Amino acid sequence: MKPSDNGFEPRIVAFLCKWCAGAGADLAGVSRLQYAPNAVPIMFNCTGRLDPTFVLKAFTQGADGVFIGGCHPGDCHYLTGNYNALKRVILLEKVLVQFGINPRRLRLEWVSASEGNKFARVMNEFSAEIKKLGPLEKLEVSRCE
Amino acid sequence: MKRIGVFVCHCGINIAGTLDINKIIHRISNYPGVAHAEHYEYMCSDPGQNIVRDTIKDQYLDGIVVAACSPTLHETTFRNAAKDADMNPYMVEIANIREYCSWVHRDRPEDATEKAIRIIRTAVEKVRRNESLYPVKIPVFHKCLVIGAGISGIQAALDVANAGFEVILVEKSPTIGGRMAQLSETFPTLDCSQCILTPKMVEVSRHPKIRLMAYSEVKEVTGSIGNFHVKILKKPTYVDTDKCNLCGECVNVCPIIIPSEFDRGMSMRKAIYMPFPQAVPSTYCLDEANCLGLNPLRCSKCQDVCEPGAINYDMKPEIIEEDVGAIIVATGYDLYHKEALTEYGLGIYEDVIDGLQFERLLSASGPTSGEIHRPSDGEVPKDVVFIQCAGSRDEKHNPYCSKVCCMYTAKHAMLYKHRVPDGQAYIFYIDIRSAGKDYEEFVQRAMEEDRILYLRGKVSKVFKEGEKLVVWGVDTLTGQKVEVLADLVVLATAIVPRAATPEIVNKLKIAADGNGFLKEAHPKLRPVESLTSGIFLAGAAQSPKDIPDAVSQGSGSASKAIGILSQKKLQHDPTITDVEEIACGGCGICISVCPYTALSMDDRRNVVLVNDVLCEGCGTCAAACPSGAAELRNYTNRQVREMICAALSKV
Repeated sequence: MKPSDNGFEPRIVAFLCKWCAGAGADLAGVSRLQYAPNAVPIMFNCTGRLDPTFVLKAFTQGADGVFIGGCHPGDCHYLTGNYNALKRVILLEKVLVQFGINPRRLRLEWVSASEGNKFARVMNEFSAEIKKLGPLEKLEVSRCE
Repeated sequence: MKRIGVFVCHCGINIAGTLDINKIIHRISNYPGVAHAEHYEYMCSDPGQNIVRDTIKDQYLDGIVVAACSPTLHETTFRNAAKDADMNPYMVEIANIREYCSWVHRDRPEDATEKAIRIIRTAVEKVRRNESLYPVKIPVFHKCLVIGAGISGIQAALDVANAGFEVILVEKSPTIGGRMAQLSETFPTLDCSQCILTPKMVEVSRHPKIRLMAYSEVKEVTGSIGNFHVKILKKPTYVDTDKCNLCGECVNVCPIIIPSEFDRGMSMRKAIYMPFPQAVPSTYCLDEANCLGLNPLRCSKCQDVCEPGAINYDMKPEIIEEDVGAIIVATGYDLYHKEALTEYGLGIYEDVIDGLQFERLLSASGPTSGEIHRPSDGEVPKDVVFIQCAGSRDEKHNPYCSKVCCMYTAKHAMLYKHRVPDGQAYIFYIDIRSAGKDYEEFVQRAMEEDRILYLRGKVSKVFKEGEKLVVWGVDTLTGQKVEVLADLVVLATAIVPRAATPEIVNKLKIAADGNGFLKEAHPKLRPVESLTSGIFLAGAAQSPKDIPDAVSQGSGSASKAIGILSQKKLQHDPTITDVEEIACGGCGICISVCPYTALSMDDRRNVVLVNDVLCEGCGTCAAACPSGAAELRNYTNRQVREMICAALSKV
């Protein structure tokens, strides 16, 4: 990954559950898969811990993107935490539009403990996408949309 | 303000080869709250751990961050080191700067160093507001409940009882033994199934530590690991076992004749019956649903003929309550229902039968005393077609492999040839899956010694033409259409979860997988545990299994249960939810999202209470709580918000 032409390096917060996405990220490390260094991980036991206000807090604190990594549906270590995360993300996507933030700046992915490849891939994809969207500076979408 | 120490590990060149350790130390020592920052080549080594221990004491540290490898590797190491230095282990956080940073950003060392600094800062923010926690201690009832007394449940019960703990073994049907009691001979050794099973059944009934409750069902389970409270319904058999002398006169006079479940409808039984001669407990059972009437109109023929007066129509169902420390679920399997396989004529033609029915035909104690006679006219079939994967590995039916069918079909065909040497056996298969000790050799023997004709391909249709069953299939190895005129068709029908599995799942608050089998805590590393602590899984209830696997899992779950029962008190991770009563509005949203029913409403005070033992610490309630009253210990809203700020801070 080379710094992009516009020189913009996005700041991303990645909320990862420790059983699946966190373990998948460990596997990416053990496999020495190289990916963009923009996301700083914050670990939870479960994505069910994701309070929607954490995402808003990250955006107000200067994040250009927020990533959430949880277990695949049906695989949640705590049975249903990931479904709760999904519901909250769907809600947040609507709220972000209201705030004038492009909902593509928020991304939820299911990554299992064996999917080191997928973790590295989505990290690269998401960093590239946020780079394309540019820094989060002003309202991006009209409230009327 | 807390004095926090940060220890950065080089991990040889694994971390230091990419990250600028000096820059990290410099930036971190200036970070608010950090009283001491230190680096060392291998922090996990003994000298490294000594640095941690000594610095905690010398610097009067209140909490530490170890920036090193993944917490899955050395979190326990450093928590123990902190404990040695009189620091609460929950004041230790690991900042993973190896797997999450140095190993994955090797070509961008500067950016990686900045990321590592932010990762360490988030950990510092967390430690800043971490509380000292102490494991939740739980008393244990030294008794085990085993649900289901097939071979897996029997093995589990015997293992737990032999370790010296009391066992309550609950079986829904009038006898124990399960599916294995129905089998004729077992692959790959051709042992007589009943001959090897019945000694274990007798051992169960005689064992001083096992309380056998046949013809009983678990009605309700409350509580949690170490402290389950169970209600068991003991159904009335209407026969007093102490008085019954097993003369069998009642059976002779009973006017009701219905298909025998044990023989899978291949023979008939009476309304008062013993499933099979070696049944344990050895007694008769009056089947209430089929009896002409117990009260007030009764035929009473059995009572009239019973000399010892063992028959008691006034017997009532009983609810028995027990406290147990651990539960083993071994509820077994069913075969795929026949209505689903009409393309193969199952349930339409009498001479299309399933594998268990053929087992009964082969069994020396079966309806034909082990001779092969087809159901329709009692003739000896000369051409028998066996169809594997009937309902397994098929998108229209069940996607999974039923695992045992390849082996038992080879056995069926082999035993058929032994009984009818001039007959011909055909097996339609997709693949032969014979992974297991001596399994492949067994299949080869069926092919070579017993000359069984294996046809690789699926059967499209089975229909009747005159006296014969016509089997249409394809041989994919030659690409030819195949038509076989058969006298008997045996289907290796898919193994499916018991119909009552959803009920069991609800009662025990465990989970089922996509196919309806009980779900294990981890498919590889925790295969005998359910997702609910203290409840273990054994046998085909978890996935299709052969006898050795079912026995192994029975023993495996027994040893897990013994691990609980042998402790005076259990310890539970204290990273759980607290509800601050003064802030709780009693809306109950948290109760609705909790997957463990760990939360309950105190109706009198209108606040939510947390069961420390049931809470697993997922934090879903904390995220759902609108008033911030529910907080996950050491992952509080405030901590996470400060971690977010640290993750986005300027380096």
